[in-house]
Amino acid sequence: MNCQTYLYRGQDPRMLARRWFLRDCGVGLGAMALAQLLGTDACAAPAAVASAANDPLAPRAPHHPGKAKRVIFLFMAGAPSHLELFDYKPQLAKFDGTLPPADLIKEYRAAFINPSSKLLGPKYAFAKHGRCGAEISELLPQLAEVVDDITIVRSCVTDAFNHAPGQILMNTGSQQFGRPSFGAWTLYGLGSESQNLPGFIVINSGKKGPSGGNSNWGSGFLPTVYQGVAFRSGGDPVLYLSNPPGVDSQLQRESLDTIAQLNRMRLDVVGDPEIATRTSAFELAYRMQTAAPELVDLSRESAETLALYGAELGKPSFANNCLLARRLIESGVRFVQLFHESWDQHGNLKQDLKKNCQDTDRASAALVKDLKRRGLLDDTLVIWGGEFGRTPMAQDGDNGRDHHPNAFTMWMAGGGLKPGLTLGSTDELGFNAVEDVVHVHDLHATLLHLLGFDHTKLTHRFQGRDFRLTDVHGRVVEKLLA
Amino acid sequence: MRRSCSLLAIVLAAATFAARAVADEPPDYARDIRPILAKHCFQCHGAEKQNSGLRLDVRSRALAGGESGQAAISPGKSGESPVATRIASGDPELMMPPDGERLSAREVELVRAWIDAGARWPEERAGEELLKRSHWAFQPPGRPEVPAVRAGDWVRNPIDNFVLARLEAEGLAPSAEADRMALVRRLSLDLVGLPPSIAEVDAFVADNTEGAYQRAIERLLASPHYGERWARHWLDAARYADSDGYEKDKSRQVWFYRDWAINALNRDLPYDQFVIEQIAGDLLPDASQDRFVATGFLRNAMTNEEGGIDPEQFRMEAMFDRMDAIGKSILGITIQCAQCHNHKYDPLTQEDYYRMFALLNDAHEANIAVYTPQEQLRKADLVRQIDRIEADLKHHTPDWAERMAAWEATVRDNQPAWTVVRPELDSSGGTKHTLQEDGSILAQGYAPTKHSPKFTVQTEAPSIAAFRLELLTDPNLPLAGPGRSIWGTAALTEFEVEAAPAGAPEKRQKVKLKAATADVNPPETPLAKIFDDRSGKRRVTGPIAFALDGNGETAWGTDAGPGRRNQPRKAVFVAETPIANLAGTVLTFTLAQNHGGWNSDDNQNHNLGRFRLSITPAADAVADPLPTYVREALAVPAAERTPRQTDAIFGFWRTTVPDWQEANARIEELWREHPEGSSQLAMIARDKPRDTHLLKRGDFLKPDRAVAPGVPSFLHPLAADAPPTRLSFARWLVDRRSPTTARAIVNRVWQGYFGTGLVSTSEDLGTQSEPPSHPALLDWLAVEFMDRGWSMKQLHRLILTSATYRQSSRVAPDLLARDPYNRLLARGPRFRVEGEVVRDIALAASGLLTERIGGPSVFPPLPEFMLLPPVSYGPKTWPASTGEDRYRRGLYTFRYRSLPYPVLQTFDAPNGDFSCVRRARSNTPLQALVTLNEPISVECARALARRTLAESEKTDDARLRYAFRLCVARPPSSEETAALSKFYEQQKERVAAGWVNAWQLVADKEADAVTPPAVPEGATPTELAAWTAVARVLLNLDETITKE
Repeated sequence: MNCQTYLYRGQDPRMLARRWFLRDCGVGLGAMALAQLLGTDACAAPAAVASAANDPLAPRAPHHPGKAKRVIFLFMAGAPSHLELFDYKPQLAKFDGTLPPADLIKEYRAAFINPSSKLLGPKYAFAKHGRCGAEISELLPQLAEVVDDITIVRSCVTDAFNHAPGQILMNTGSQQFGRPSFGAWTLYGLGSESQNLPGFIVINSGKKGPSGGNSNWGSGFLPTVYQGVAFRSGGDPVLYLSNPPGVDSQLQRESLDTIAQLNRMRLDVVGDPEIATRTSAFELAYRMQTAAPELVDLSRESAETLALYGAELGKPSFANNCLLARRLIESGVRFVQLFHESWDQHGNLKQDLKKNCQDTDRASAALVKDLKRRGLLDDTLVIWGGEFGRTPMAQDGDNGRDHHPNAFTMWMAGGGLKPGLTLGSTDELGFNAVEDVVHVHDLHATLLHLLGFDHTKLTHRFQGRDFRLTDVHGRVVEKLLA
Repeated sequence: MRRSCSLLAIVLAAATFAARAVADEPPDYARDIRPILAKHCFQCHGAEKQNSGLRLDVRSRALAGGESGQAAISPGKSGESPVATRIASGDPELMMPPDGERLSAREVELVRAWIDAGARWPEERAGEELLKRSHWAFQPPGRPEVPAVRAGDWVRNPIDNFVLARLEAEGLAPSAEADRMALVRRLSLDLVGLPPSIAEVDAFVADNTEGAYQRAIERLLASPHYGERWARHWLDAARYADSDGYEKDKSRQVWFYRDWAINALNRDLPYDQFVIEQIAGDLLPDASQDRFVATGFLRNAMTNEEGGIDPEQFRMEAMFDRMDAIGKSILGITIQCAQCHNHKYDPLTQEDYYRMFALLNDAHEANIAVYTPQEQLRKADLVRQIDRIEADLKHHTPDWAERMAAWEATVRDNQPAWTVVRPELDSSGGTKHTLQEDGSILAQGYAPTKHSPKFTVQTEAPSIAAFRLELLTDPNLPLAGPGRSIWGTAALTEFEVEAAPAGAPEKRQKVKLKAATADVNPPETPLAKIFDDRSGKRRVTGPIAFALDGNGETAWGTDAGPGRRNQPRKAVFVAETPIANLAGTVLTFTLAQNHGGWNSDDNQNHNLGRFRLSITPAADAVADPLPTYVREALAVPAAERTPRQTDAIFGFWRTTVPDWQEANARIEELWREHPEGSSQLAMIARDKPRDTHLLKRGDFLKPDRAVAPGVPSFLHPLAADAPPTRLSFARWLVDRRSPTTARAIVNRVWQGYFGTGLVSTSEDLGTQSEPPSHPALLDWLAVEFMDRGWSMKQLHRLILTSATYRQSSRVAPDLLARDPYNRLLARGPRFRVEGEVVRDIALAASGLLTERIGGPSVFPPLPEFMLLPPVSYGPKTWPASTGEDRYRRGLYTFRYRSLPYPVLQTFDAPNGDFSCVRRARSNTPLQALVTLNEPISVECARALARRTLAESEKTDDARLRYAFRLCVARPPSSEETAALSKFYEQQKERVAAGWVNAWQLVADKEADAVTPPAVPEGATPTELAAWTAVARVLLNLDETITKE
């Protein structure tokens, strides 16, 4: 994924050189994490602050003031069934067991089933909730409590109906591998506000890993500093974070001091500011060694908060990850993406959905509640959804659904969205999105808008072309905006 | 004054005419304007010449204007358009044309009216095409004049003239030559990707004789590590990885291709041949195994085998990826966009794209058996021995030919008539079954380890007494099949048939089968480990009876051992009672295939690959023991057979001769010694290329008009007598007239040395590329490269012996400010080495490095959680390497696309999803965590300490100097020595005081948890621990992982 055009876009080594003359503490020249150091380094010269503009991760203003400043994307990999969770279709129940109309499935390609398979009525009951009256499945009782704070889009469509291409499309705007992910674009556009942590963090849970693996959070042709960094809620939160056996904190500190000292001597001889950048990267690594374990330590949370999420100490879960996501954005991380892969119900639909919702409903809703009460929801975007929907037709007898790109539901919250809104609708069978159709590209355009970007202008030149998250598509869905 | 008055009069007179013309219709560009411009302007402002940088035959350029920066034409405003004002001007300073025939008043007014009406310039006339085609990179490079320079004594070869000429023009001077230690380290890192040994450094420094530098280059070019180093650059472009990508991301064997690239570079295979073999090696006359392996370049594309895919969709994706890889890595132009529409900037049309696509669309997605040189020798030896035994049999049986003919007569027509049935396909398990022309079924896509697909067919046959299942080979199956396991084998757990009278499905009944025969009946054999389903049951393959025994743990196996497993097989099942339904019969075949392993997301399937079902009324049918190739030979009249066909018949016949039992047994014994071999993805041309259509928006479901194979019209044509084939295409790519091919590769080699290419956008030399920093040098190098026979080693010599390369990389602030990216080359390169080399430097400095070249990829340690869900999609196989393989060079690390090896990924190694010709070079905290804390990095620090204590003189200063030089070649300065000594003393003290646990710090393996780690003679554990801390510091210095 790390093939890219510029070392650091917009970063002018001359600025680095100027800083080098200032010799401010010998730290923080250039590439990584400069800004993070500046805020806290008492000895940072004023000129150094100016050069933060040349740091690829320095916070930057977007095209227009964005309502949202950070993102938590709860990616429900495998593709949850809209028909059991959000999109109630009484007609589908009525025609359960009959074949779909022939013209509906004309030229329709299904992944596994013969498209002319029997329709399958929803497995769960729905009810209206909140002041907004959003209709939600009985499987999501906790989400039902926050429907007035979230925005539901029932008319999402995508182009892909296989997992890897679908997930890559949802996360990078293209079915082809090699494009930067949404998180990478966000970091590229806004920089990071974290003092001690990567700006884009990814945490996995569920039965499997995401289809397509690391490419879902890759930086594509953007500089590698923008790619997502995998975090774990247990063990070393970041790979190779712990000191090796026998190296205590003092040895680590003295080692880094000696490295910095020798690097500085070399810098004096050869004059390459990249040397100072490396020293500052080592410093940030050292700080991450302390900061990251503290962050993932959920025991610092109150019992009430733990209960709110359903988080249990020392037991890796989606709930723990949701809580961790909140802690991460609180400490300045720009983009947190949780991958929870367990929604591919070709069979055992009824039981598995119930289990999945038990695993995720409380924590997802808790995240909205918790962000709200902390005043963070206003400028944080929470996004929940998968790569596509499920067929109204049955698979595996009468207890499964196949992949379906023509309609699915996502919900979002915060960051300039219209709360309590349910946008769009599908046809009577939940087969096609028919009203206020929102393509993945439109979704991206809208989310970027909320972050302060004109999606047609957040570009990066590669191979002689200006690439963007929305490729040549996408329109901002005005109806979603508050 | 008089002149302007008269001009005004003319203008006024013309105005009436013009006004009318405008009112009626504005002047037309093609009809009215272009002829005027062509007559008066293009001579100096056209395609050939652009005085003052102005070009008027191309809309965008005319609107942009020339060097003045002012638009030459401002649509709607003739008064502000110099084109209009200057043709009318009488001012000798301004008027155009400056001499020669003036424009007539009518011409002037037409131009003016045309501009005022908006300067409509129709798309097809806008000249953009012209402009694109005249882009510098699309003209074949010519040999430029070597420029003269003032400071001629600095020049070592013509490269320096080009560089120095530019520097002199900029008022800059080159830097001094780097010191000899720096030079030899730079050479070593550049050419072999390893730091020089202390002895190599000292020898070079001490060698003051003529040619020492050249000899150092030759030594390194002759090292087999040269191939490793430069193959890695190419492997990025070839998007090499050891797994197939997308969701499952299963491992696959393609390392023969990696090794081919290493060897090709080591033997300096000329670059044109290097390309031809990779694009069409299989089509070269007498293609050897190597040439098939070379085509692995095209096969490095990813494949999606998740359930529910259409195999054709992802074959097309792979085709697009091949095109992209050829564009970036060979042509140096981006062609991907023309997949959906005409290239927006370069003169490449969508039609052009699909014409090239058609040239590649001729091959099977083959997976071939390959053998190492040693294995090939063993194979050849076996064949020789078998031939000898057979010759011996013939020799002692003078009438063997007559006897064989007599046998032939008995078997020629001994088979019953079989009718192939073409059933409905069952893809419910996720496997995609497709019906082939011969009635066989090909299984592709997802391969579950356990499934029982059903195939239903209605037949009008009046009587059905037996069923035949043929397992067929296919180039698209692993090792050609007939199965889908990694060995191309299959296991049939159970064969079942149900029958119902047509129209009466309720009468469907299981057909009782009384007997089964097969042409291969291996002995009962427990399943290989890869097929372990974790059930704990003893699951076996064996003879055909196992497919009829109702036992789910037994299966018919097709594995006849190495060398003979990938052949067509057949089994025949006879019904207890023939089925007879006057109105026809509906047959449902169930082919239970449950002998795969526990994980369907890995390579654990044991399924049928290609198979065909037939029926016969003959109740005595048995599986024909004669192999297909023998049947085929028999079908040829005896007199017309080739010796090979006769040998094939003999080879089978001899097994039926009772007297020859002993010889047959010996031959069987020899077969058992056949090497296992490996597999490699390769291209194998089909008998007939596929039809290619232009795809609307690149969608494989939206084929448009058919497209004939060919090359883009804006580039040179295929050789006149060349058929439009992949081989011709390969040759076309490296034709001397190909304008970008040589430039692209010399530019990338330059990039390898200097960090940035002469064209910084090395993947794209097209119209959107960054202009070259030294255009003439690029062309000179390209031409020189071709003139020197496309020799890569010659190119390296040329660059390395330049004074430009030999400059010191030290930079003073003013030069840094002036030329931050070193595009002017007033100093030597200095940048952090690639990820693989970061690893290699640590391994080499510590002495842990295993220098073996090539072979299967290796698995340095990884935390287990990374290989399991939810981090990995499915559990990944990662048998952590032990012993020597733990310390192989970075390029041999197994590369999963979806889970890149973090050490390399952190240092910007691409994961092989797509072709990459330019890596990023980031500088991040995660890199610090890798070099400080990752297990192999730590092992290197420990080993470096042990090595230092064992090899160096026994004083602290000597030790420090030794360890330091192992990392950076030069000795430490006194200041550096002081700092490191202080650190060493501090740590020694802390260890001695018990603050640091020495044992933990120096102990590598878990075994060391009980046995004290070895301490080099003459050193104490405390010293070893303190030196380990020092070594860790040294390996983490910026300089250690930087080429200076």
